[in-house]
This record gives sequence, C-alpha cells and structure tokens, in this order.
Amino acid sequence: MSANLNSILYGWYPYVCLSVFLLGSLVRFDTAQYTWRSGSSQLLRRDQLRWGSNLFHVGILIVVAGHFAGFLMPDWAVDWLISPAQHELLAMVVGGLAGLVAIIGLSLLIHRRLRDPRIRATSRRWDIAIILMLWAQLALGLLTVPVSAQHMDGALFATLVAYIKGIVLLHPGVADLLVGTPLIYRVHILLGFTIFLVSPFTRLVHVWSAPVWYLGRPGYQVVRRRQAAPARRGEPALHDADATTGD
Amino acid sequence: MKIRAQIAMVLNLDKCIGCHTCSVTCKNVWTSREGMEYAWFNNVETKPGIGYPKDWENQKRWKGGWTRRRNGAIEPRIGGKWRVLANIFANPDLPEIDDYYEPFTFDYAHLQTAPEGKAMPTARPRSLISGERMEKIEWGPNWEEILGGEFAGRAKDSNFAGVQKEIYGAFENTFMMYLPRLCEHCLNPACAAVCPSGAIYKREEDGIVLIDQDKCRGWRMCVSGCPYKKIYYNWSSGKSEKCVFCYPRIEAGQPTVCSETCVGRIRYLGVVLYDADRIQEAASVPDEGDLYEAQLKVFLDPHDPAVQAQARRDGIPEAWIEGARKSPIWKMAMEWKIAFPLHPEYRTLPMVWYVPPLSPIQAAAAKGQLGTIGGMPDVKSLRIPVEYLANLLTAGRTEPITIALERMLAMRAYMRAKTVDGMVVDSLAQHVGLSGREIEEMYQLLAIANYEDRFVIPTAHRETGEDAFQMRGSCGFSFGEGCSGRTGFSLFDAKKPKNPMEVS
Repeated sequence: MSANLNSILYGWYPYVCLSVFLLGSLVRFDTAQYTWRSGSSQLLRRDQLRWGSNLFHVGILIVVAGHFAGFLMPDWAVDWLISPAQHELLAMVVGGLAGLVAIIGLSLLIHRRLRDPRIRATSRRWDIAIILMLWAQLALGLLTVPVSAQHMDGALFATLVAYIKGIVLLHPGVADLLVGTPLIYRVHILLGFTIFLVSPFTRLVHVWSAPVWYLGRPGYQVVRRRQAAPARRGEPALHDADATTGD
Repeated sequence: MKIRAQIAMVLNLDKCIGCHTCSVTCKNVWTSREGMEYAWFNNVETKPGIGYPKDWENQKRWKGGWTRRRNGAIEPRIGGKWRVLANIFANPDLPEIDDYYEPFTFDYAHLQTAPEGKAMPTARPRSLISGERMEKIEWGPNWEEILGGEFAGRAKDSNFAGVQKEIYGAFENTFMMYLPRLCEHCLNPACAAVCPSGAIYKREEDGIVLIDQDKCRGWRMCVSGCPYKKIYYNWSSGKSEKCVFCYPRIEAGQPTVCSETCVGRIRYLGVVLYDADRIQEAASVPDEGDLYEAQLKVFLDPHDPAVQAQARRDGIPEAWIEGARKSPIWKMAMEWKIAFPLHPEYRTLPMVWYVPPLSPIQAAAAKGQLGTIGGMPDVKSLRIPVEYLANLLTAGRTEPITIALERMLAMRAYMRAKTVDGMVVDSLAQHVGLSGREIEEMYQLLAIANYEDRFVIPTAHRETGEDAFQMRGSCGFSFGEGCSGRTGFSLFDAKKPKNPMEVS
C-alpha cells in the first residue's frame, strides 16, 4: 500500500469518522429526536430475539468495554497492572469469548431479520446494513485472535495500542505505525471507524441513551408541571419541567 | 396535603350498546397511521371474554401493574429498577403483535381488476406489516363480539375467578356486557414507573398521562408495566404511544372524541380533586379488596371550604374548583357510589370509572320463584353475576356493587312510579339510602344525560403557565418532522409511510 493511501486511510479517515460520529449524533439528537430510538422489533416477532438480543448485547458490551479499557488506559496504569504479553493474552481470551457470544447472538438476529417476512418487510435499509457491518466487524475481530496467537510477545499488540492511543490523543503521523502490520488488523480498524461514521444515521444512536440514570431516579412517579412564564420578553420559553415524587 | 386536579371519566355500562362508535372515531383521529394499525386507544370488548390483547387481565402472565412486597412497599410487578434494566435487551413480558392481531387490509383492487369469471371476485385479506397474503384473520380488538366463539375460550376470562362459571356456558344462563376500554390515566401509573427513559409523565394540572415522543427510546417496558395493556408500541416509529385523553380538546374545554361521539351518551367527564400525598398510602393497602375504598379516600370533597382553600394555595384555578363542585364524576363515584374503578387490584388507582350494568332478571326470578325486596327484584337474581362485576370493578368485594345495582333499580322503580303511576314513592329511595331528590338528580344525569351535565370541563389556564406569545406560529401536533411536514428526504433514518391502498 502506498504511503499516501495509508496516511489517508489511517491518518485522516479516522478523524473524518469521529467528527461525523460526534457532530452527526449531536445534530440528530438536537433536531430529530423523534427518530432517536432503539428500533426494537420484538413486538413483531418474539422468536430468536430473547437469545439473540441478550447474547449479542452482553457480548458486544464486554467487547466494547474491553477495547476502551485496553486501548485507552494510560500507559503507566497498564504497566503497573500487567505486562504487554499478559495484556495481549487477556485481550485474546476475554475478547475472543465475548466476541464469540456476540457473534452467535448477532447471527440469530440477522437470521431473524432477513428470514422473517414481518421483520424483513419493516426493516429500513440501514437496519440491515448495520447488523451486517457489525457481524463483519465481529468476525474480523475474532479472526485477529489466531493471528495474535502467532505474535505472543506483545510487540504487535503494543503497536496497535500505540496507534489507537495516538489517534485519540491527536499525535501526528501515527498512521505509519500500521505499515507492515497484518492486513486483518488494518481491515478491522478501517471497518471499526466506518461503523463510527455511519452510526449517527442508524439505530445505533440508542447506545447514547442507555438508561442507566433510571437506577438513580428518585421514586417512581414522574409529574410535569408548567413552569412560570419567563419574566422578560425575548427569553426562550421554558419547557415543561419534570419532577419526581417519592412513591 | 397536596391537592391536584384531574379530569376523570365515568362510563355508564348500563347504557352501552356496543356500537364501537367511540373506537372508530378515536381510531380515525389518533391511530390510523403506519405502525399503529393494530392499536386501539379505545376498544370495546364483550365480556366475558379474554379481550384484546388476549388475556390482558391475567397479570400472572403479563405482569402488569404493581405488587405489594412483604415489607409493605409496592413495586412494579415486572420488577424493580434493576430487573427492568436487566430485561432491556429482550423484554420477557412483552406481548407479540399476534396477541393483539396482525393488522390487515383487503385486496380491494382485485374486485375491479379480476377477469370475468363464473364466481364473484373476492377481496382477500393482506397483512399490513409484511404485505403478504393472510389466509385467516385470527383475532381483533372485538373478536369475542356479542359472545363470539365458544364458551370454553371466553371462560378463560380472569373475572371468573371464584365464580362457578360452568353454569354460564348453558344457553339459558348465559350473560354478556360491553366494556369500552381506554387508558385509565392512573393516579399511580405503573407505565411511568417502569419507563427507563422517564418519558412517561402525568400532567400536574389535569392528570393526563402522556408519553414524550422525543424522549421515548422504545425500551417498551411500559407495554408490560401497564396492566390494562393500553400502551402500544409503534413498530414503525419505534416509540410507544397511548391514549392522550384528547388533551388538545380537553384543554379547550371540549370532551374527548370518544365521549363526544358516544351515541348512547354513556360517558361523563369532570374534575376530581385529589390529595397527591395520599397516593402511595392508598396504593399500598395490604388487602386488595380495600383498594377501592382506599382510592375513595384519596379524593377530596370540593364542597369542603378547607379543601377549597388548600386547592387555591396549591395553584388550582377557581374555575377548576368550581368545576369540581359540579363534577358528574364526583356525584357518581362519591355521592351515589354507583361508579367503580376498573380492576383496583392492579394498585394503579385508575381514573376511568364504570357504572355496572343492570341485566335481565333470570327466568327463575321472573316466574316469581325468587323474592323481591321492597318491590324491587333482588340484584342477586340479575343475569350478570354480582361476583363477576365485583371481580371486574371492586377486586372481588360484592357489597359496593350490590348497593350500586340496587340504587339503579330503585331509580327505575321510583321514576316509573312517578311518571307512569303518578306517585312519588319515597320509600324506594330511602330503602337504598338516598333521598327522592337525589334519585331525580341521578335520573337527570344517567337517563337524560344532557351534554352540559355529562361534560363539565374547565378550560386549561395556559396563560398562567406559559407565555402564549412565545408559542405563536408553533406547529402544534406533529410527528417530529418539524412544522413543514415531510420533505421526502430524511438524513436520519425516518421512514416514509407506505400507503396501505398501494399494497396489491
């Protein structure tokens, strides 16, 4: 691969993807919240969803958490906890198992989405595209495990960590780190950033809204009252305020 | 004491003829859209029957409403907050669309395009979800209409609990009644409690329970949480929707569409003042049978000057306090005690109440083999078993139902004596604990049912809450595509609706 192409794909493209991901999500949240949803199809067909959705979500959450922890934890913290070789082994085992769980679940979900006439007919194009992309990404991720097994010294792994960290920390020229690494990693990285790129246009936005705050909501009743009109002209109208009361 | 006001509804089942006008007008206004074809914010069921969605009253199966823990606290039957979140990827208690029915249209075009043949062409059903041929339509919002289907199926009705139901399968003992159902706009809504997004809320000023369509993320826990199964998941928009109590009409002082169009004039709307601080206590009483009485204690007497004073302090407009005094709901629920909540045992403190129906006297009583009391037939000889009504309306307590039925029979006897025989028989009224004047007032409200008596709805005082100037030119009711409607292009994955008539 020419140095130019490498620089475009791994030096510039990630920033395009992340920019669209962040700005796109923000714009969609701000202007089109009615479209902001998980897009569940459980009502239309219960079959396969319970296993498929639970396996996929649990698996993918572990995989994503593992990527965040593995790639973004500061070097000193990693060094203090674990050696690079151990780090790689941990990533292979945990990521491999969780990835396997997720891809089994996702396969069930894809089968259901494509084969069930109700789900198929009511799927938007992006619904199908995104699950296929996720499946491909999971498959690529799993395929890196045997490749990693051939590089158990942790050096390759450290290179990849340095690359991702470099992207996140805006270090220039990190694309060069990937030159010479096995193709499978580079495809996995490319598709990964592409998923970030398209996510604002798909139902993946529901990830932002994971309702963990529910656990902290006081009481059960949600009551809204109209707030007093703004005192001065020209101020934006106040929206209904939520109040929760113990119940 | 924290006083709030609510627009509540009473339905007089004694006069419901099951014409479905309420359902159809409601559907035309609110749910004739893609994704909501299967949803009926208002539907009329024939009871006994398992209803729509199937078996909705069986909370062992659907886990709707609240349950009381051993420590005296209540929590949603589907579970506390951790359990709700643990099930968020796949809700184990969610009905499938087949439990409601698969929405369909007919191949009408075939009637015009079919080639000449020996038989009349027919318009066969086609799914509105998949667009595929449906060989058989298997359920609907009024599938058991007028005792449709065999008794064995309808007898699975949960309201037969504790009733010797076998004898009602016999033709000469059979009975039926209509039950129009809509969102109960509960004082203690379980749907709001289980919504992880906090999108479902109760409006403080009129008690209407709404779903914020922008905030809803489609986690669909509310569908399970609501014991009346009156929250519907819109499979097209991915949001839940429910009866909005026609709030734009209520705010303008007009009755809901279902009430306005009711040809039998069975629906009543009016203000009820209640003490928000007593909700939790009332919803947590240990014995389910006490929930009806407990809910009555939450309501506040609008004629009490202390209540009026507190209501003013709590910001309730004068017109609403006045409305509460004239409220037909207050009269039927509190003064005459002839209206009851639907399934108080769900602990949601519902606010759409029902006057139980009278029914023909069974053959035995008509032959004089059963006694009459004070010139009136014993309500136990009515065709609809009192126990059945009690399971529906008072969590199994028969005394309140008996009293209500007796009062309605007394009203008939009193007015018959007055208008046919020209006699005022006060003993008839006194026998059921009412005065002649009260009986006549009841007659005026229940039998004559003038528009202005049925609907006492003070207009919303938006001027006290919002700056109306700021709301000029806003788009009112829209579905998130902005004020200008669809542009035909959507960046963010909104779906263009398909026209059902285009399916061929």
